[in-house]
Amino acid sequence: MRDVAIIGVGMNKKWGELWEMSMRDIFVEAALNAIDNAGVDHIDSMYVGCMSGGLFTGQEHVGAVMADYLGQCPVPATRVESACASGGAAVRAGFMEVASGMSDIVLVSGVEKMNDVSGDEATYALATASDQEWEAFSGVTFPGLYAMMAVAHMHKYGTTIEQLAAVAVKNHANGAMNPRAQYPMKITVDTVLNSVLVADPLHILDCSPITDGAAAAILCPAGRAKQLAKNGAPVKILASTQASDTIAYHSRSDLTSIESTVRAAAAAYKMANKKPDQIDTFEVHDCFTIAELMVMEALGLSEKGKSGPAVQAGQTAIGGRTPINTSGGLKSKGHPVGATGVAQIVEVVEQLRGDSGPRQVKNAKVGLTQNMGGTGASSVVHILEVM
Amino acid sequence: MPTARAWREYPRRYRYEAAVCAKCGKWFFPPRLVCDACGHREFEPRAMKRTGTILTHTVIRVPPAPFKDQAPFAVAVVEMDDGPRITAQYVDWRAEQLKVGQKVRLEFRKIYTDGHAGTIQYGYKAVPA
Repeated sequence: MRDVAIIGVGMNKKWGELWEMSMRDIFVEAALNAIDNAGVDHIDSMYVGCMSGGLFTGQEHVGAVMADYLGQCPVPATRVESACASGGAAVRAGFMEVASGMSDIVLVSGVEKMNDVSGDEATYALATASDQEWEAFSGVTFPGLYAMMAVAHMHKYGTTIEQLAAVAVKNHANGAMNPRAQYPMKITVDTVLNSVLVADPLHILDCSPITDGAAAAILCPAGRAKQLAKNGAPVKILASTQASDTIAYHSRSDLTSIESTVRAAAAAYKMANKKPDQIDTFEVHDCFTIAELMVMEALGLSEKGKSGPAVQAGQTAIGGRTPINTSGGLKSKGHPVGATGVAQIVEVVEQLRGDSGPRQVKNAKVGLTQNMGGTGASSVVHILEVM
Repeated sequence: MPTARAWREYPRRYRYEAAVCAKCGKWFFPPRLVCDACGHREFEPRAMKRTGTILTHTVIRVPPAPFKDQAPFAVAVVEMDDGPRITAQYVDWRAEQLKVGQKVRLEFRKIYTDGHAGTIQYGYKAVPA
């Protein structure tokens, strides 16, 4: 297996409600930015993470659409779907294609156009990432499923709604320094607790928003990375791992743990030969505030049940021991579901290159991304190191 | 929901029919074709007892499209006394009964109406036991 590096990354200028742009335009803007950032004159293959082109825009066969409008026909183009982990899975597919020697220059990307449907239609589309017959049938939503994780965590460990809110406050503070973020405004614990309830105990400001956006990265063999990269240091992919768990949240052996992330992270630490304390910056899947707390515990950044106090103590802020979601996370930057896993890679690559401006983590050399689908039925973890 | 897709699940939604692994005895609801505990492929059909315990819960205030007219409504993860866990709406409760550890019983109820001229979907909801 060959070592693989990232030599270019790109996103849209701004994520959010992109009314003037179609799904394909959103994708092409981000992909061109990644191609320009890498400085490559061609790609050999491409993967597009997309959760639900069909339900959000009526368009399936997304890989071919994007290859066409990017002007890349006839390269092989495949859509990858693992719900909200589609982006991470697309990166992993590209990683395996380069590592195997099948292709040299691969574009990995993700896109979602979510604002062309109404709020309740979007809620329905997102709920299809749960067990459609045995969860969604009863009317439970994604916020509802994560709310039940929060209730279970609060019941078992005494986690508080103030600790949940502290995650949102921290991520918005970071997002306020990110010009691409959908909601780049600072908030307080009181703002969160006084916002409307979506599914008790989660308020609207505990939830990531509905977002249009795309992200992309260019992969190549690590041995050619320094010669190919035109704009910024190449970043090596030390680990690319994935794990699955039961599709229904109710079937998990421990309702307060995201076991797919525990498994994927353990495999990633082994593959990269790194321990959590050797990693400088983390982008994790904070689709809801409770998710970031449970992911901290799954990644070994906090003892079980201690993640809430750790956030309140500043452990995960920029300047803390384990900075999490310097981009603003899904919460503030936005969560176009298929693009999120790739955008996490974009943020970590820019951090490791020292390109993150006011939200730069000092001397960041190694970073980790964790992207999950559904209520954690899929998790994808990547560990990156600047070359 | 297409009629065949709903019809196929009637034994589960109406009669709580589960499958018990013929080798290791693990209960599955809904039934499946291979046991995730021991890999065995033969099962004995058995109806679950309709009683269980709430493990966690929420109140949905922003519903998905087919449940627009029902919000707010409570949903719970229930561990059935026979072992399988389910997600179901929790109804007819008083404030002090919305809690982890609450004993519940499943009842046959209307779940939602599928569009203006569509099929009425029936199934189970949990009520305090």
